[in-house]
Amino acid sequence: MSDRVTVSKTYKLYLGGAFPRSESGRTYPVADSKGRFLANAAQASRKDLREAVVAARGAFGKWSGATAYNRGQVLYRVAELLEGRREQFAEEVAAGEGVPARRAQALVDAAVDRWVWYAGWTDKIATVLGAANPVAGPYFSFSVPEPTGVVGVLAPQRSSLLGLVSVLAPVLAVGATAVVVSSQDRPLPAITLSEVLATSDVPGGVVNLLTGHTAELAPWLAAHADVNALDLTGAPGELRTDLEKAAAGTVKRVLRAPSAEPDWTERPDIKRLRALVETKTVWHPTGV
Amino acid sequence: MDLVNWEYAPAPESRAIANLKPSYRMFVDGEFVEGAGEPLKSVNPATEEVLAEVSTASSADVDRAVKAARRAHDKTWGRMPGAERAKYIFRIARMIAERARELAVLESLDNGKPIKEARDTDVPTAAAHFFYHAGWADKLDYAGYGPDPRPLGVAGQVIPWNFPLLMAAWKIAPALACGNTVVLKPAETTPLTALVLAEIIQQAELPPGVVNILPGAGDVGAELVNHAGVDKVAFTGSTEVGKIIQSALAGTGKKLTLELGGKAANIVFDDAPLDQAVEGIVNGIFFNQGHVCCAGSRLLVQESIAEELLAKLHARVATLRVGDPLDKNTDVGAINSREQLTKITELVASGEREGAERWTSPCPLPDKGFYFAPTVFANVTQSMRIAREEIFGPVLSVLTFRTPDEALAKANNTPYGLSAGVWTEKGSRILWMADRLRAGVVWANTFNRFDPTAPFGGYQESGFGREGGRAGLEAYLDV
Repeated sequence: MSDRVTVSKTYKLYLGGAFPRSESGRTYPVADSKGRFLANAAQASRKDLREAVVAARGAFGKWSGATAYNRGQVLYRVAELLEGRREQFAEEVAAGEGVPARRAQALVDAAVDRWVWYAGWTDKIATVLGAANPVAGPYFSFSVPEPTGVVGVLAPQRSSLLGLVSVLAPVLAVGATAVVVSSQDRPLPAITLSEVLATSDVPGGVVNLLTGHTAELAPWLAAHADVNALDLTGAPGELRTDLEKAAAGTVKRVLRAPSAEPDWTERPDIKRLRALVETKTVWHPTGV
Repeated sequence: MDLVNWEYAPAPESRAIANLKPSYRMFVDGEFVEGAGEPLKSVNPATEEVLAEVSTASSADVDRAVKAARRAHDKTWGRMPGAERAKYIFRIARMIAERARELAVLESLDNGKPIKEARDTDVPTAAAHFFYHAGWADKLDYAGYGPDPRPLGVAGQVIPWNFPLLMAAWKIAPALACGNTVVLKPAETTPLTALVLAEIIQQAELPPGVVNILPGAGDVGAELVNHAGVDKVAFTGSTEVGKIIQSALAGTGKKLTLELGGKAANIVFDDAPLDQAVEGIVNGIFFNQGHVCCAGSRLLVQESIAEELLAKLHARVATLRVGDPLDKNTDVGAINSREQLTKITELVASGEREGAERWTSPCPLPDKGFYFAPTVFANVTQSMRIAREEIFGPVLSVLTFRTPDEALAKANNTPYGLSAGVWTEKGSRILWMADRLRAGVVWANTFNRFDPTAPFGGYQESGFGREGGRAGLEAYLDV
C-alpha cells in the first residue's frame, strides 16, 4: 500500500463563532521557519476587521454578564481541549517557530497551563481589585472591577501560541471580548486555537481572530470607535506611535509593549488583568 | 406676622477673610518667584472685577520647575522613608483645615461658587484627601502592587477651574504619598487657592522642589505635559483636550491618567421617593452651577411620573437663590467666566432651536457678573445637542423612558461614562442597573458624593485611571 494522501486543512478566519474566508477573497502563503510552504492563510481586510468588532461588541453583554464561576469553567474547558490536541499544536509551533519538538511541546504545555492559571482568576479579580470604601458619611460604598469592553489585540509576532494565549486569556478572564490580529508570519496555531475555542463553550463572537498583514489591519483597529482598549504587543515598532495617536481619538486604554517581545514562559502576573478592567464605584445611603 | 413673603436678609461672608493680595507669584523650587510669562488677571466672575494679578510661567520657567522637581525627587523626596513623607502630607492636611475659612472665601471669590459649597465641600474634602493619602505613604507595600512599589518620578499635572483647590488636592496628595514630585498648573481663571496651597506647602517645610505651582493658560499646560523631564501626566478637563494630550504623549512612554467630560444620566423610576429624588436631581445638576464633570445633566424619568416630577422640580428649582456667591444663603453662584457663559448660552439656544421645551427659573439675577438662571429642558430627544454634549452649566435635559431596558439603553447611549444616578425604592433594581450602567461612579438614591477612600474616574471617553482609594495609587506608581 502506498502512503495515504493526507487531507490538508484550509485555514480561515474565526469571526462571530464561524470560520469564513476573508470577504476580500485574499490569501497569503505561510512558510515554516526554513521557508517551505505550509499553507495559505486568509488575508483579512478592513471590512473583516469591522465585522469582527461588531461580533465582539454583540458578544460583550452576555460574556461580561456571565458569572465569574461560569467564565472560569469555560476557560478551564479551553485548557482541557488544548491538552487533548497537544500533538497537533506542537507540530504547528515547531514548524512555524523553528524550535525542536521537545521545546515546542514545552511551549504548548505552558500555553495549557496559562489557560488554567487565568481560569482560576475569574472569580478572584473582584476580591483582589475591588474594595469596600470606608467613606466619611452615612453611605455604603463599594468598588468593583468591570471588563473594559471590546479589546483589540495585536498578538505577539514571535510566540505563535504561548504568546497569543498569554495576551488573549486575560481578556476573557475579566469578561471582555477580543478582536485579535494573529502573528503575521506564524498564524497557523492561532487558527487551530480558534477551533479549540469554538468547541469549548466560549460563545461565538467573544474571540474573533484575524490572520493577515498586521500593518494593514492595525490602524483600523486602533481608530475604531467601538474598540475600548488596544494591546500593542505585536505591533510593528515603527507603527506604535501612530497607533497610540489613533487610539487617542476615542480615549482608548493602550497596553504599551516593550520593544523586545517578553519571555512568555515567565510566570505571569496580574498587570494584564488590571489593565483590562474599569473600576466602578457604587454609593447608596444607609439609614432606616 | 407676614407668613407669605419670607425674604432672606443678606448674610454675606466677609471678603476680608480671603486675605486677598494684589499680586500672586508662581511657586518654584520652594520659593515664590516672578514668572517670565505674560501676567494674567484673575477676575471675580460675580462682579467682573479684577481680584489680583498673577505671574505666569514661560517655557524656561516650566523647564526650571521640572528640573527642580527632578532634583527633589532624586535627592530627597523619592528616597525619604514613607513614614517621613507621611508626616509632611499630614501637616498639609492640618494646615488646610486651619486656614479653611480663608481658603473657602478665596475660592468663592475666584471661582464664583457659593460660599456654602466652598466651605462645606471643596475645602474639607481637599484636607481629607491629604489626610487619607498621607497614611498610604508608608503602607504602599500593602496596596496590592507587589513589594516596595516605586514612584514614577516627576508628575506634570493640569487641573480645571471648577474645583480649583480640591482638584489640586486630588492630584498632589496621591503623587506625594507615592514618592513623586509635582509640577502643577492650575486653571487660567482660578489660580489663587493653588498658590495659597503653595504657601501652606512652604510653611509645612516640604523640601524645595517637591511641589511646584505654575499658573498660566493652556500653552503652559502643553509645555508641561510635553516636557521630556516629566514621567507622568495627570489631566482633568475636557475630553477634547484630553485627546490632544493622549495623542501628544503617544510613543513617549509617559504614564497618563485622564479625568474628562461626562453627560451623566440620572434615572428616576416610578417607585422612587419623589421629594428625595427632586433634591437629588437639583444637587446633581445645580451643584457648583453645573460646572461638574459628573453632573447629572440628563434626567431620565419613567414616563408615568414625568409630569408630576417635572412640576415638583420646577417648583423646587424656582426657590434656588442665584446671586452673590459670598452670601451664605446663595444656592447657585456665578458662572466661572464669560467664555463659559457664552458656551452655555449657545447650547441652550441650540436646545430651543432643536425643539426642546425650555423652562427657566424666574429668579432675579444680579446686574453685574456672569450668571445663568437654572434651566430645565423637557421633551428632549437623544439626537439633540443638549442631550449629547457636555454643557457644564446649570442646564438639565429631561428625557423619558418606559422600561428599565430602555432607561439603560438611553443612559449608555453616549461616548462618555463618568457617572450615573438611579432613584428607586427597589434594591434589586438598583443593583441590576448599577451592574449594567457603563460609568465609573453610580450613585443610587443620592448624587455627587465624593470621598478620598472611594475611587473616582471614567469609562470610555470620560478618561482612564482612578483618583482615590487603593485603585488611585496605581496612577503614581511604577507598576
